[in-house]
Amino acid sequence: MASTTGNAEATPEVSGGVEGEDGVRRRDFINIAAVSAAGVGGLVTLLPLVSQMAPSADVLAESTTELDISSLEVGQSIKAVFRKQPVFVRRLTQNEIDAANAVDAGSLRDPETLEERTQPGHGDVLVVMGVCTHLGCVPLGAQEGESKGEFGGYFCPCHGSHYDTAARIRKGPAPSNLVVPDYAFTSDTTIVIG
Amino acid sequence: MSFPWAKEYQPQNGLMKFLDEKLPLPRFVYNAVGAGYPVPRNLSYFWNFGVLAGFFLVVQIVTGVVLAMHYAANTQVAFASVEHIMRDVNWGWLMRYTHANGASFFFVVVYIHIFRGLFYASYKPPREMIWLLGVVIFLLMMATAFMGYVLPWGQMSFWGAQVITGLFEAIPLVGPPLKTWLLGGFAPDNAALNRFFSLHFLLPFVILGCVILHIWALHIPGSSNPTGVEVKNESDTLPFHPYYTAKDGFGLGVALIVFMTFVFFLPNMLGHPDNYIEANPLSTPAHIVPEWYFYPFYAILRAFTFDFILPAKLWGVLAMFSAILVWFFLPWLDKSPVRSGHYRPLFRKFFWFGLIPVMAVLFYCGGAPAEEPYVMISQIATAYYFLHFLVILPIISSIERPDPLPFSITEAVLDSDKKAVLGENAEPAV
Repeated sequence: MASTTGNAEATPEVSGGVEGEDGVRRRDFINIAAVSAAGVGGLVTLLPLVSQMAPSADVLAESTTELDISSLEVGQSIKAVFRKQPVFVRRLTQNEIDAANAVDAGSLRDPETLEERTQPGHGDVLVVMGVCTHLGCVPLGAQEGESKGEFGGYFCPCHGSHYDTAARIRKGPAPSNLVVPDYAFTSDTTIVIG
Repeated sequence: MSFPWAKEYQPQNGLMKFLDEKLPLPRFVYNAVGAGYPVPRNLSYFWNFGVLAGFFLVVQIVTGVVLAMHYAANTQVAFASVEHIMRDVNWGWLMRYTHANGASFFFVVVYIHIFRGLFYASYKPPREMIWLLGVVIFLLMMATAFMGYVLPWGQMSFWGAQVITGLFEAIPLVGPPLKTWLLGGFAPDNAALNRFFSLHFLLPFVILGCVILHIWALHIPGSSNPTGVEVKNESDTLPFHPYYTAKDGFGLGVALIVFMTFVFFLPNMLGHPDNYIEANPLSTPAHIVPEWYFYPFYAILRAFTFDFILPAKLWGVLAMFSAILVWFFLPWLDKSPVRSGHYRPLFRKFFWFGLIPVMAVLFYCGGAPAEEPYVMISQIATAYYFLHFLVILPIISSIERPDPLPFSITEAVLDSDKKAVLGENAEPAV
C-alpha cells in the first residue's frame, strides 16, 4: 500500500494532503490508522480459520481410556486403544525385569530405567504407546507369536527398530523409547490412560 | 485496454523487475485494481457493490472450504455432521453462520448491483458483454445456493430439493426421466445429496472464473458512471488506487458491520426453523418456501394456476426462468440513446413506481402462503414484470425525450449546469 506514504501523484489536490504545522499530514494519519485497523482485523480473522483444524470437542472427549487388567497374566500383553492409537500393556516376567535392569541405562540412546517407566508398586506393569518413535508404525511383540526383536521387547517391522523388555530403543533408526502415556492406577487392577 | 493516460506500472526493485519480466502479475493487479486503472471520478456508493459481491464470493469460498472439511455428504450422517460443526468443531458455529448468512448477503449485494445496472442502464453498449456475464453469474449463484441449502439435510433441504427438481418434470416428454436422472433416484436421497455436494463445491469456482471474465470485459470500456456520459479525458477520471480502494474500503467496513450483526446476533433470522428438523421423506412441512432471495421468482412460479394451451405447471416453470432470461435481452430492448436514469424522466418514473414496487410485491408474495389474495396479486405483478421489460421499456425508451446531458463527467461534477448545451449532447457519448 504505497498510499500510506501519501499521495504526491494524486490528480486533484485534496485538503488532507496538505502538510500541517507539525509536519504530519492528516491523510497519512487516516491512512495508517485505517490500514492498521484492517490489518489487525484480518489477522484476528485468521484465528478461527486456523483453529478450526485443531481437534474438535468430540475428538478431545475421547482422550481417556479405562482398562481392566485383572485378567492380564504374567508374561502376557494386551492391546488397547488410546486416542485412536494402540497402547501396549504388558505384565513383565521376572526374567524380563531382570533383563531390563541388567543394562546400564546411561549407555542407552534414550537413557531411562525400567523403574522410571513404570508406576511405584506396579513395577511389573509396563504401559507404552504402540507407536514406533521412528515413523509411527505399530511395533510387533504385543501379541502371542509375534517377533519380539533381538532384545525380547518389541520389534518394528517397518524400518527395523528393536525395543527391549522395558520398551527402550536398543537398535534401529527410532530416536527414543516407546512413549509411556500419562496413566494412573485407580485400583489394583484398573488403569486410566490420559 | 485502458485510457491512454493510465499510469504505467514501474517495478520498484530488482525482484519486482524480475517478476515483471517473467510473469507480470504485479503489473496485472496494478492495471486491474491499482493506480493503473483510471475510473470515472463521479462514482457514487452504488458502485461499491461489485467489489462487495467479489468480497462475499471470497467469504463463501473460504468458509465453504472450511465447512467441507467437517461435513459428511451422506444422508445417514449429514444432519448430525452439521450439528457436529455447530457444537464440536472449534469456531464451527462461526464458520457455518458466516457461510449461511454470507449467502444471503452475497445475494443482497448482487441484487443492489443488478438494480444499479438497471437504473443506470449499465447494460447498454459498449458494456453488453459485462451484463450478459453478470446474468450468467447470477444464474450460477442461484444453482449454487439451492444445492448448498440441500446439504444440511433438514426438512427444508429435502423438500426444497424435491420441489426444485420437480420443476424439471414440467418439461414435456423428457421431464419425468430427467428429474429421475438429476436425482439419481425417484426422490432426493443419498445419490442426490452426494452430487449436490460435489457441484456445490465446484460451482463457486466456475462463478469465480466468470467473475474474472466479467471484470476483464469491464476493463475494456472502463467503468460506467452515474451520468452515463463516457469518459472524455484525464480530468474525468481518478486512479482506482487510492481513490476507489479507499471508497470501497469504507463501504466494505459498513457492509461488514451489518453482516457481522447478523452473524453474531441474528444468525437464524434469514433461515427457516424447519431446517433444524432432520429430513423426513414422509412428511412435508406445512409452509414450504425457498430461501428469501428466491421469493420473487418463486412468486412468479406459483402465479400460474390455470392451463392455457400448455399445462399450468409448465407455464410456471417457463415464466420463472424467463423472468431472468429476459435480462439477457435488455441491451437490445432498451432503445434509449441515453443511459443514466437521471436523465430519463419517463424511464425513471417507470423504474421507481413500476418495476421496484412490483419486485417488492413479488418478493412479499413469494414468502406468503399459496392462497388468495396472494395468488392473484402475484399474477398481476408477474404480468406487469414482463410487461415492463418486453413492452414498457422498449416503448418509453423510443418515445421519451431525455434531459440534456452534461458535456462531460468533469462538468457534471463541478455542477456547472448552466454550461450544459441543451439537447445537443443527448446522445450516447461512446
